[in-house]
Amino acid sequence: MDDALFYIFAAITLTGAVLTITRRNPVHCALALIFSLLGVAGLFLLQAAEFLFAAQILLYVGGVMVLFLFTIMLLHLEDAVKLRRYSRQWPVAVAALGAVLLELCVFIQTGVAGLPPRPAERMNLTGNTERIGDALFRQFSLPFEAASLLLLVAIVGAVWTAKKKDEVAE
Amino acid sequence: MPFMAVNDFFSILPAAVIALFGCALLLMRFEGGRVYPMFVVVGEVLAGVGLWRQADYVGLVGFQGSILVDRFGIFFNSVCLAAAVMAAIGAYRYLKGKDEDHPEFYALILFAQSGMYLMVSGTELMTVFIGLEITAISFYALTGFLRVEARSNEAALKYLLLGAFSSALLLYGFSVLYGLTGSTRYLTITSMLANRLPNDPLILLAIVPIVLGLLFKVAAAPLHMWAPDAYEGAPTPVTAYLATASKVAAFGLLMRLLLGPLHEFRPSWEAIVGVAAIASLTIGNVAAITQSSARRMLAYSSVGHAGYILLGLVAGNQAGIEAMLVYLLVYTLMTTGAFLVLAAMEREGVDDFRGMLYTHPGAAMLMIVFLVSLAGLPPTAGFMAKYTIFLALIEARQHWYAIVGALYVAVSLYYYFRMVREMTRTPEDGAVGVEMSTGWRAAVGTAAILTLGLGLNPEPVFAWARSALK
Repeated sequence: MDDALFYIFAAITLTGAVLTITRRNPVHCALALIFSLLGVAGLFLLQAAEFLFAAQILLYVGGVMVLFLFTIMLLHLEDAVKLRRYSRQWPVAVAALGAVLLELCVFIQTGVAGLPPRPAERMNLTGNTERIGDALFRQFSLPFEAASLLLLVAIVGAVWTAKKKDEVAE
Repeated sequence: MPFMAVNDFFSILPAAVIALFGCALLLMRFEGGRVYPMFVVVGEVLAGVGLWRQADYVGLVGFQGSILVDRFGIFFNSVCLAAAVMAAIGAYRYLKGKDEDHPEFYALILFAQSGMYLMVSGTELMTVFIGLEITAISFYALTGFLRVEARSNEAALKYLLLGAFSSALLLYGFSVLYGLTGSTRYLTITSMLANRLPNDPLILLAIVPIVLGLLFKVAAAPLHMWAPDAYEGAPTPVTAYLATASKVAAFGLLMRLLLGPLHEFRPSWEAIVGVAAIASLTIGNVAAITQSSARRMLAYSSVGHAGYILLGLVAGNQAGIEAMLVYLLVYTLMTTGAFLVLAAMEREGVDDFRGMLYTHPGAAMLMIVFLVSLAGLPPTAGFMAKYTIFLALIEARQHWYAIVGALYVAVSLYYYFRMVREMTRTPEDGAVGVEMSTGWRAAVGTAAILTLGLGLNPEPVFAWARSALK
């Protein structure tokens, strides 16, 4: 049952991802991305990470994607459809992708002994949210706090770049 | 256990002080703008005291293994601090000339520096990566700080796109490392990797992207493409900061990883580092010959210097690592100094130096000291730095690397002395103007005195570097 669900969600994720980069219309791309993110949420649920599942749906599928759609709709759609979708470097990208794929296949086939021996432990079903809290606020509290500085820097940088010169002068 | 203990706070004290001073700067708005660099200096002095106090608590671990207070980190952070102070002081007159003296500039310099602290003192992959991103994003914004200049905007965009690519590469490497060991902490990673063979192909999958990502950050060839454009387009004081502190912090991170958790896997990374060193020496020194913009020339020469520093890693012995630290310190002094002289000048072509020895003897003498040191001639510190790198290579029996490195010193003499020769020619009409503030004189003068002084008596730096590696 779990296996079947895993393949279903994985298929949703991958199909969504492929559609995101192949559709011409940006709105379709955004919708396909929602699809893909929902698949990821399903995968989280399979790992018994309910909190991440809820956060994924609320934040990514809900908030971020709505923002995305708004931005896209406010831009000129007609122009975007006409633009060339891929740069000339796509053969390089395909080659790189092939290399990574080959690597993965080789390692899954031959190098299983080299990978961590045990399968990933299933998360504790009861204390799911507590474990996330523990990870964020105790084990990884420094990177978690440092991320706020990262966001501040990004905001300052974005506002600075976007502001016109005379707006600052006043 | 409480959320955060005093120990934890003490382990990030300098970074926290700098970040808070940066936040305070964002709220400031003064006429004249002279207050901002002074405020930066006050913050840096406090951070410096913090670093100095930390030296008594070497071995302190903060945030459950996310941060380690050690002499290695203190050394690198002190060098970054010196670069930040010089960039901030040197920027005042430059920004005023461009009518862009806003507190955000100084705030971003401080934010970048607190990111560097996490990079070199962090002992956990996520902390380190977030630190690296704080630094990188600050630099994207700083590079494009002159919004009305197309050159600055273009440089920022190029740097942003290529920088994002390298960060993604690095993150991929980190994620493989995490996948292999199940931990992001260096100590756990080291113990989990202990039973693997040095040439394990799975490790290679982690090492290649990590090393390439960091080589990009230190602007080593063949991943240097962004450097000349970013260095040329950015406001000159930012270039001084970007070429030194950012490179020093990335080297700190590279050394912590390659000499820490990945030390046993030297056969896997040795070749990449060696090729990058030779490529940087070649591309940096050869491309610098033909440049007509002084800033571009120094940018290529800084690619060359990255090659010399990497040679220390190729040697890999105690003397080599020590030489890297010395080289990084000396490189910071002379490069920041040279770029700040450019920042004080109106125009920055190599020809614009013509007759400077007669029109502006003070600035010209300072520039000559930095150029002689960059070229690596005695009696300057640049000579000592290069000499110890070569000595370490010979000790490690890497004779070919030493010979190639020494040959490129000869090449570099040509383009550095092209500038010196221009300075000694008789001045023409419309000679370039040089504007120096008091702070600028103090900062650049100190850098020049140290460059000369450490060449005459390098023992203090060597002693410091030796203690940093204990």
